[in-house]
Amino acid sequence: MDSEATPVKAEITLRVNGAEHRLDVDTRASLLDVLREDLGLTGSKKGCDHGQCGACTILVGGRRVNACLALAVAHDGAEIVTVEGLAEDGRLSPVQEAFIEHDGFQCGYCTPGQLCSATGMLDEAERGWPSAASEDLRVDPVLDDDEIRERMSGNLCRCGAYMGIVAAVREAAARREAAEA
Amino acid sequence: MTDRLESREKVTGEARYAVEYPVEGVAYAAAVQATVGRGEITSVGTEEALRLPGVLAVLSCENAPELRESGDAELALFQSRTVSYRGQFVAAVVAETLDTAREAARLVRVEYASEPPDVELRADHPGLYKPEKVNPVFPSDTAQGDADEAFAKSAVRVEATYTTPAEHNNPMEPHATLAQWHDDGTLTLYDSNQGASGVQKTIAGVLGLEPSQVRVVSPHVGGGFGSKGAPRPNVLVAALGARATGRPVKFAVPRQQMFATTGYRTPTIQRIRLGADEDGHLDAITHEVVEQTSVLQEFGEQTAVPTRMMYKAPHRRTSHRLVRLNVPTPSWMRAPGETPGMFALESAMDELAVAAGIDPIELRVRNDTGHEPESGLPFSSRNLVACLREGAARFGWAARDPRPGVRRMGRKLLGTGVASSTYPAYMRPSEATARAEPDGTFTVRVAAADIGTGARTALTLIAAEALKVELGRVRVEVGDSRFPKAPVAGGSMGTSSWGAAVVRACEGLRGKLNGSVPPEGLEASADTTDELKGRDRYARHAFGAQFADVEVDADTGEVRVRRMLGIFAAGRIVNPKTARSQLIGGMTMGIGMALHEESVMDAEFGDFLNRDLAQYHVPACADVRDIEADWVEESDPHLNPMGTKGIGEIGIVGAAAAIANAVHHATGVRVRDLPITPPRLLPRL
Ligand code: FES
Ligand code: FES
Repeated sequence: MDSEATPVKAEITLRVNGAEHRLDVDTRASLLDVLREDLGLTGSKKGCDHGQCGACTILVGGRRVNACLALAVAHDGAEIVTVEGLAEDGRLSPVQEAFIEHDGFQCGYCTPGQLCSATGMLDEAERGWPSAASEDLRVDPVLDDDEIRERMSGNLCRCGAYMGIVAAVREAAARREAAEA
Repeated sequence: MTDRLESREKVTGEARYAVEYPVEGVAYAAAVQATVGRGEITSVGTEEALRLPGVLAVLSCENAPELRESGDAELALFQSRTVSYRGQFVAAVVAETLDTAREAARLVRVEYASEPPDVELRADHPGLYKPEKVNPVFPSDTAQGDADEAFAKSAVRVEATYTTPAEHNNPMEPHATLAQWHDDGTLTLYDSNQGASGVQKTIAGVLGLEPSQVRVVSPHVGGGFGSKGAPRPNVLVAALGARATGRPVKFAVPRQQMFATTGYRTPTIQRIRLGADEDGHLDAITHEVVEQTSVLQEFGEQTAVPTRMMYKAPHRRTSHRLVRLNVPTPSWMRAPGETPGMFALESAMDELAVAAGIDPIELRVRNDTGHEPESGLPFSSRNLVACLREGAARFGWAARDPRPGVRRMGRKLLGTGVASSTYPAYMRPSEATARAEPDGTFTVRVAAADIGTGARTALTLIAAEALKVELGRVRVEVGDSRFPKAPVAGGSMGTSSWGAAVVRACEGLRGKLNGSVPPEGLEASADTTDELKGRDRYARHAFGAQFADVEVDADTGEVRVRRMLGIFAAGRIVNPKTARSQLIGGMTMGIGMALHEESVMDAEFGDFLNRDLAQYHVPACADVRDIEADWVEESDPHLNPMGTKGIGEIGIVGAAAAIANAVHHATGVRVRDLPITPPRLLPRL
């Protein structure tokens, strides 16, 4: 049994927030644990470790992913953005700014996941991906409050900051649209 | 309208929570839970676990160091072979990595001599007893006049039993501790809690240390809602693990283990009787509460306590009965007492309004009182009626047709409901220091906790006002037991208690300052113990009115809250921006209580059956459509230098009743057992 019990390691490369990391990871380790414990990127939070709360949401190849459900070894070569990578040169992203403006958080523990989720979600909507709240699947979705609430429902906030979160995402979406127009 | 001062840290991921501090050579703990609900541990097999490479230690009742008694039997970690409830921590592993620790915990073989556990709360349980007091120090029972006789003679009567289930706080950050021992025998705990001073004192006591030998660091805490008000066994798992291995040890309680080991709200069974005259004036109120505690430790939720002060009535009786079960010890969860108690009382008031044919707001207005009924003390201020009136105007109550079950929109039945809200304005002694720095800035320190309440921001506003300087020159530091001793962030008393000490320290500093600040700075400290002893006797409470607008799907029984409005009277509001969020947060949790949250006890084996966030549903983004919170101006000179009453808990109080009352208005069905889920509602539609 010893051979089974000895941790199996694998070498992988992760690009996180633009920096490349060569890592020897336990094949059992989740991306979340590798980010938090090996890379010291503790911005991504662990609320449940079971894909049920969204606190660990990160962007992998631009898409939102629950880092607690992703095995690190399966993400060799992945391009990852965490909450630490949302601001550019110390300038907060529009989503981050809108969260402060609308008080979209209290304790802040769900916040990194909310921010990554909102960032990824705005891209999904822009690409025309529908959600369960989309009335017509043939046209590009309009991010009204129902759409935002549906698309943000994978991120729990026990402090109950949803009113602020929805207002913040609404504003970030509007600003993005204005920037593109 | 001040932004949270730590906003930037929180949106960039820089804010560090308990197990996120970088320390050299850290190891990880994983805990083993009892798999039986009652019994004795006969053996703990650790061989297999210890053979795993990377395992550093296994701790259990067979080798744990002796701990001192603390008054909280839940903290007697690994001190006995007795299993009091299923899910109790019986062993812990420390290993080089999280994965190894978890794997090793699975390999620890604990054997038990077990007996059938007694886990079911029933109103006729033979073990029911009258506790000496309920949380924190209220008498179990009270009586005025002859409530039975008055009730029997009343023209309009309501008699009903309401139940609330066990509910779990479930802060998003789990209970978590990083423990590090130093060469001089002192201990640092980076810990997620609601009060560093309290954790320091309690844990030092348990470990046989002086408080000065334990430092608790917790500048950012990912929520608590009461469950982090006192240290839990997780602190000791980390501290003992670190001592056994000579390494710093992290232990964050896995979500599934939180349900048994970090506290919850007791289920309640509440029988209420209201007797009134034809005009709705109450003559008799009785409120009899049955709830559970554990075989380890008594905790009696003060569920009937709000009934003692809410409405005028000459005849009144309240009581609490507990039964000791093989269950985890219940504890504080947002507004303990008021939350379940006001669900029952305010549902009953709605039933009385229907029975008497009186508008529910009018009914409450008629039973308002200027004196606290049982104590006879005058209220320092009581603006319940103002909240009801203001809320009614803004909610559009006047146009409401009182008939239940007559508004239909397609498949949806529509209805609105109202309930009163209240929470005491507690205060406890606190210390604080204020320092003038030579660079013209000020540093204020108090071992307060900002668990998401906005305490840091509110205290900075308070300090700047007391110092008469602009906000940017003041830095308030909280969340460290090295700072002046402060009471817990609980009982909605944080801002009032810490703020008063901050004001006094700042006033003291201003008295000392005469122009220039010496190079070493200038400091003043304050302790409000004496000031609080000298306060005049008043009944001090915040009040509020909760309004809910719901739709019920007639085919599925699903209830959705379309809109909620809460109007509160809570003294002076220090920072409207964060205050509004906190009140809305409480109301959001109220939606959870009304519609979703229920921890189900496994009647055969013990422990809760639903132990994760998929099976214990807390409100998600899509559950919250439109919640508005606001307040009426209230200036109360009998509180504290700021004039604050506290807002952390009142937002949840009455919210579930307003929703249940709206469900009745929509459907004509009175649901007296929370939560109002489709299986409870649909068969009755
Ligand atoms: S920690 Fe990943 S979803 Fe909860
Ligand atoms: S801000 Fe506390 S959980 Fe969302």
